[in-house]
Amino acid sequence: MNQHYEIPGGAADSLRLRRHRALTLTCLGDGANVSMLVYAADNPLDRLNIPDTLKAQMSARIVPPMVLVSDMGRALASVTGSSLDWHDAVTGHSLDAQVERRYGPSSYAADSNGWRLSARAGLLDELWKHGLGARDLHANINWFSKVAPAADARGTLEYVPGHAAAGDWVTLRAEQDLLIVLSTAPHPLDPAETWQPSGVRLTIEPVSAPADDDPSRTHRAESARALAVTERSLL
Amino acid sequence: MTVDGITPGRTADKAELLFDLTVPAGDGWIGVVPAGGRFRITDLAGNQAVDTLFYDAHDYANRYSAVDTIREQGAVYLTTGSVLRTINADPLATIVEDTCGRHDTVGGACSQESNVVRYGEHTRHQHACRATFLRQAIGWGRGLKKRDLTHNINFFMNVPLTPEGGLTFEDGVSAPGKYVELRAERDLLALVSNCPQLNNPCNGYDPTPIQLTGWAAP
Repeated sequence: MNQHYEIPGGAADSLRLRRHRALTLTCLGDGANVSMLVYAADNPLDRLNIPDTLKAQMSARIVPPMVLVSDMGRALASVTGSSLDWHDAVTGHSLDAQVERRYGPSSYAADSNGWRLSARAGLLDELWKHGLGARDLHANINWFSKVAPAADARGTLEYVPGHAAAGDWVTLRAEQDLLIVLSTAPHPLDPAETWQPSGVRLTIEPVSAPADDDPSRTHRAESARALAVTERSLL
Repeated sequence: MTVDGITPGRTADKAELLFDLTVPAGDGWIGVVPAGGRFRITDLAGNQAVDTLFYDAHDYANRYSAVDTIREQGAVYLTTGSVLRTINADPLATIVEDTCGRHDTVGGACSQESNVVRYGEHTRHQHACRATFLRQAIGWGRGLKKRDLTHNINFFMNVPLTPEGGLTFEDGVSAPGKYVELRAERDLLALVSNCPQLNNPCNGYDPTPIQLTGWAAP
């Protein structure tokens, strides 16, 4: 049975996602961004490792059918589908000072529940609920955002405005039980001068275990090995 | 192989020599460079990746962050002028000299587990940087633990990203005697693994010693 719920723009949340459940994020408006951290529920010291994920699959972006690889070589989740061919993982998430610089000061007293919190503030609020904190922050994925490197000597990065529109989506299949922490604050490089973050819909549904011919397994020898390491660890 | 490092003496930029040591192939080092001091890493024999993490010496939670460094400088690679930033975007160190020209921010460190994913089960018990990091961190004490080990800098390593979204490990851009020198923007704890990886060209398939030199502020 499917479960749906929505998270407004500029908010943070955390959820447990069980093994072989699919999580689909769908943009409720244009220009959505979801900054996400992922931890193994059975050992949060084992967490998403962006360098390992990118180098194992020779990619500068997150895109189907890549697997998200943990610090200890396990496939945490597989990216089984998306309407977009680029999700950013190399430019971090918004910080308090940057949000204030861009959008001006904000507080509960001034803005009530329109109080503008950075992704960092929201992610920490959620991490603390699970006994984790600042030392557990790792390089996050920014779903729905594209920051492309130039082929120059510095590797100059360019944020691509308008990459995601309402209705764009991405689906993850948990390969083990996960703790997922996310913020819907704008991407830190989003040049928009007004704070109007889009929300997302979350859909969770049971799916089959990846078969031998699953695209995430056949993608590369490295993705197959990461899935096999997870499967062996759960025997 | 010769190990002929250079050890400049006192200059206008540098006061007393704090340390000058050789880290053998596959070994590690941890230590403090005071604010305003200099930290030089020399690739003695060439093509040697030096996996490095930095921390605010008084607050280990305020540690080097690859993604915050990349975003704040608007570029992926490090060279002269690059400011290494913490997870709170505070400046940790600035690269003030660089005879190599490009250093990697996104390749991370090798571990036994990532070797299994990348190269297969037969590499599980090979030596790896993250084991070195852990050994050095735990040996240092003062509460540094696995959760404090995040995505490191690979000095002298070349991992180009492409506009099409590709990433490759290229042969090193370094050569014997190339060095990178940083100015500490605050009291800095440096954690170094001289990479033992044998399965890709990051060390030219022949890990070699490096030299670490530290000076106090002028």
